[in-house]
Amino acid sequence: MTPRSASALELEGIRKRYGERDVLRGVDLDVRPHEVIALIGASGSGKSTLLKTIDLLEPIDDGRILLDGEDVSDPRVDADRVRARIGIVFQGYNLFPHQRVLDNIARSLRVVHHLPRAEARDRALAALDRVGLADFAGHYPDRLSGGQQQRVAIARAVAAGQSLLLLDEVTSALDPELVGEVLALIRELGRDGATILMATHEMAFAREVADRIAFLHDGQIHEIGTPDEVFGDPQRARTREFLSRVGR
Amino acid sequence: MTVDQAWRPSALELERQAYRRRATTRSLLIGAASTVVFAALVWVTLINTPGWALVQESFFDPATWAGSWPRVWHGFLLNLQILVFAAIGVAIVASLIAFLRTLRGPVWFPLRFLAAAYTDIFRGTPLIIVLYLVGFGIPGLVQQRIPTEVLGTVALVITYSAYVAEVLRAGLEAVHPSQRMAARALGYTHTQTLRIVVLPQALRKVTPALMNDFVAMQKDVGLVSVLGAVDAVRAAQIETARFADFSPYVLAGLLFIALAWPMIRLTDWVSARMQRREQMGGTV
Repeated sequence: MTPRSASALELEGIRKRYGERDVLRGVDLDVRPHEVIALIGASGSGKSTLLKTIDLLEPIDDGRILLDGEDVSDPRVDADRVRARIGIVFQGYNLFPHQRVLDNIARSLRVVHHLPRAEARDRALAALDRVGLADFAGHYPDRLSGGQQQRVAIARAVAAGQSLLLLDEVTSALDPELVGEVLALIRELGRDGATILMATHEMAFAREVADRIAFLHDGQIHEIGTPDEVFGDPQRARTREFLSRVGR
Repeated sequence: MTVDQAWRPSALELERQAYRRRATTRSLLIGAASTVVFAALVWVTLINTPGWALVQESFFDPATWAGSWPRVWHGFLLNLQILVFAAIGVAIVASLIAFLRTLRGPVWFPLRFLAAAYTDIFRGTPLIIVLYLVGFGIPGLVQQRIPTEVLGTVALVITYSAYVAEVLRAGLEAVHPSQRMAARALGYTHTQTLRIVVLPQALRKVTPALMNDFVAMQKDVGLVSVLGAVDAVRAAQIETARFADFSPYVLAGLLFIALAWPMIRLTDWVSARMQRREQMGGTV
């Protein structure tokens, strides 16, 4: 358990089995600080499962998860504290419908991160301002469009200044005309130096924004490389087949 | 997606599993120790209470339990009979009222209003008052002697139908409107939609609440004794006078617990299963 903080996140041989099905069969991945990695792969290839295991929302069956060099898959580690350090955004936003937009962000800053009320409020407002939704602070989530809700969810995930942001197909539940605003926000976060691991079906976006592309196939990272390498000159047959199916 | 038959957990994973097992064992031991301490504390405080011997004698006397058993058990059988008829009655009346409350259109306003008024009034009225009103009012109205157990059953049905109807209505409303829309789009009528699509889903949603109401009714069946029906509670009262101690009441209470307990466990089990099904994949 020696700290090796050259990586923001290191996955070593992650395994996950659901009943009789091996969803993850030894995933190795290295995410460097300020790096944006796009995780691509067919539906059911385990992209979501992988993200959930990293945020310790699903227990793993084997392997190691190192966050800033610390083994967070060790059962002696306080999982709540680890989750507080990682931001995750789900496909279906998962905003709390009974809390106003501002409270969706500010409550966890107060309860989990123990910020004083005023500071939590300021921080939440700043986060909302950043995603261009400061005017909606007092609204309830159901008054917002899907794209706006997803932007709030992203603001909620990054408000505490997390070291790692996980995005789980954040645009796939959105109407096409709302996808752009969310992608623009992610692009901006990446440019500002956030460390992002995102599962996505938006190939053009992945190619434009990601530093590296990881193709998940048969429970393993089948191929990984820069967008030009993976999209331009895929080395393995399965990758080529997948990319031709999704039309890049 | 294949299963790796060859895969064996790594040394790291085995170490983690061992740690988790140790943590589980530790939790179990702490739980056991705390239970023993707690039980000892309760025991010592109870036994050292000055009146404990007296209480034991007048509430937990095995001899009185044995002596009063035949009559209390006989009374309890009456409770069971009332329960069966009341449950059937509640199922019918509550469904009818819930159905009336779902009717749309101005023609049905009086029925809708009556159904709403019914649930408002009888959810607000104490059961014991309904028992007295029915028990002494109906015989007066029809100028005829009616067995008290029948009157008691009627009162139970009246009160519990109001609660159950509301539970059913909540269930009907909890089914997403898109389900109704999809059914109507297929050409189902309003009633067919209700029967074939909405009601089955609604019942599934409110099963735990319905079972909870059933458990509540199981013990409230004992209240028919206020009308003079010789049920377990009334029998216990009679035996209490005969033996000059309160043990028969405790006996009757134990019988009611024994009746309710399987249902309570079943309710918990059903709720837990439904929750598991809804939260597939979630572990936190």
